[in-house]
Amino acid sequence: MTTTRRDFLIAGGRLLVMTAATQAALPHVLAGTPERVDTYTAAEHWWAMLIDIQKCIGCGTCVKACKDENGVLNEPYYFRTWVERYHVKATDAEHPIVDSPNGGYDGFPEAYADGEGKTFFVPKLCNHCTDSPCTQVCPVGATFTTADGVVLVDKDYCVGCRYCVQACPYGCRYIDPRTHTADKCTLCYHRITKGLLPACVEVCPTGSRQLADLKNPNDPIHEFLRTHPIQVLKPQMATGSKIYYHALDGSVR
Amino acid sequence: MPGVDGFMYPNEMELQWSVLIVLYPFITGLVAGAFILASLERVFNVEAVKPTYRLALLTALAFMLVAPLPLQLHLGHPLRSYEMLLTPSPTSAMAMFGYVYLWYLMVVLVVEIWLDYRKDLVLARRQATGLTRAMYGVLTLGSDNISPASLRIDDRVGRIVTIIGIPSAFLLHGYVGFIFGSVKANPWWSTPLMPIVFLFSAIVSGIAMVMLLYIVLTKLRRAPLDMRCVDTMARYLFYAFLVDFSLEMLDLVHRIYEADESFRTLDFMLKTRLFMPHVVIQIILGTLVPLTALALTQVVRLSAKVRTSLYVGAGLLTLVGIFAMRWNVVIGGQLFSKSFLGYTTYKLEFVHHEGLLPAILVMLLPFAILGVLIKVLPPWPTETRQVEQERAPAAHV
Repeated sequence: MTTTRRDFLIAGGRLLVMTAATQAALPHVLAGTPERVDTYTAAEHWWAMLIDIQKCIGCGTCVKACKDENGVLNEPYYFRTWVERYHVKATDAEHPIVDSPNGGYDGFPEAYADGEGKTFFVPKLCNHCTDSPCTQVCPVGATFTTADGVVLVDKDYCVGCRYCVQACPYGCRYIDPRTHTADKCTLCYHRITKGLLPACVEVCPTGSRQLADLKNPNDPIHEFLRTHPIQVLKPQMATGSKIYYHALDGSVR
Repeated sequence: MPGVDGFMYPNEMELQWSVLIVLYPFITGLVAGAFILASLERVFNVEAVKPTYRLALLTALAFMLVAPLPLQLHLGHPLRSYEMLLTPSPTSAMAMFGYVYLWYLMVVLVVEIWLDYRKDLVLARRQATGLTRAMYGVLTLGSDNISPASLRIDDRVGRIVTIIGIPSAFLLHGYVGFIFGSVKANPWWSTPLMPIVFLFSAIVSGIAMVMLLYIVLTKLRRAPLDMRCVDTMARYLFYAFLVDFSLEMLDLVHRIYEADESFRTLDFMLKTRLFMPHVVIQIILGTLVPLTALALTQVVRLSAKVRTSLYVGAGLLTLVGIFAMRWNVVIGGQLFSKSFLGYTTYKLEFVHHEGLLPAILVMLLPFAILGVLIKVLPPWPTETRQVEQERAPAAHV
């Protein structure tokens, strides 16, 4: 078969129109385009958080700040971040007594006398895992990892199948009853991309929570990680968690 | 919070997957099982089960048509579900569902049924008038050549489709098992045995369902039961059930012997909250009792009537047991905290979009569809034709 100039132009024209249509349609079909800020280049950052267990006093300010900042439903059982209290008897590290009344929102009532064992607080939030199981299982790609290492949910795309809630080993996700979509900590992505700190970090009175940029060579995180004992939650899950805990007790799960 | 013992992560209080998600593996299991039973006759030439060949295919189709419904009802945004087909995430097991489903429904089940029924459809069209004729006309897709050569082609293609169908049926249900088995965060689910256990329990439930339907429908039609057929199905049910039960016990024994970090939690759960549904209903009532009944029919010489009663009883209990198995996997896997420090309770509501009422309706729907299918595509044409043939000479006399 020979191709005439006419055939060529028609085929070429079609190709052009179709490619242009694809180009125009692409941003609408691609899930998860995070908020774009002109002064911010995602590829220059790799966000993480450092939590110092020894500094946490269980005041719950972070839980409040998070709910206020992100409009999280102010009812029990919906938390982007929460604080747990562990009480471990010296001889029974395998059976810690744990509580988290209203996620620690109102702080913790006095419960344990001195000398009974050790008591400490563990703030928790999304671990923004490098190999996050929730991103892996999302059937439509509504959950995704940004170029700067933050795991986000595209609410306009999420179908509400709840597979991600099942897949998260840390219990960080819930279904927002208002939107019927998955919700979780965004590391205050709307703030950190503008050079601000996440709400929980901003309000922490003891500096127990610190935002860290692993791609920034001047970030004090590097020195801290080099010189202190560090642990992540459930390391056996191999999720590449980026929430680093200093002085985390082995009884914490 | 009432219903919660010990410590749960705050976001864990609400159960994510309800009774509708229990129905999903139960229904797809019936599809896969019924199809595999049908394949026995087609591919492995088991003559004895031939009377149930078409019934098994129609049962598979009826349940297949309903399979996505509980999933759809469960979604937070049902209208967005098409996104799973348009922009599937390649790493997600769940994203595959639409493709596996469509492949199985459109490429295997519908094609096989159409090929098998084509001759009947053409004949039915010739005899019918008016709307019925038009309907059969549409169903034949305009192909009305029923010459022996053409039917031979149908048969050959049908056989190839069935051969493709067997791994597809395995894929369909093995895949459903994978959805649960691949969740590493949940030790109750996370085991490579899950797809295999799901598969064998699917075969068990499918055979039991078709066997029951065959017995009940034959009684309703006041036709004689083909005991060779029922005996053969019961024998296959017995063997499949033995494999299924061995696999489940292997899983249980393995967990008990390994006793890893989740063991105490799961063990406690099995002895308390899951004792009734797991130990009593699934293992004792839904497995050991029907297995014993089936074993009895294999060992002791019993009358046809007694055998039939035992088969019906065993079949019903088997279905209860397999449903309980799905329940214990789906609901049981959500009753404990991933911190292994506490337990919650599943509250099943009645009138709620994920409650008992929609679950019952979803479960009844396949039977209604099967009723229509049997009306349009009678699964026992040979028998009616035999009757007609018997009547014909009498008329001449």
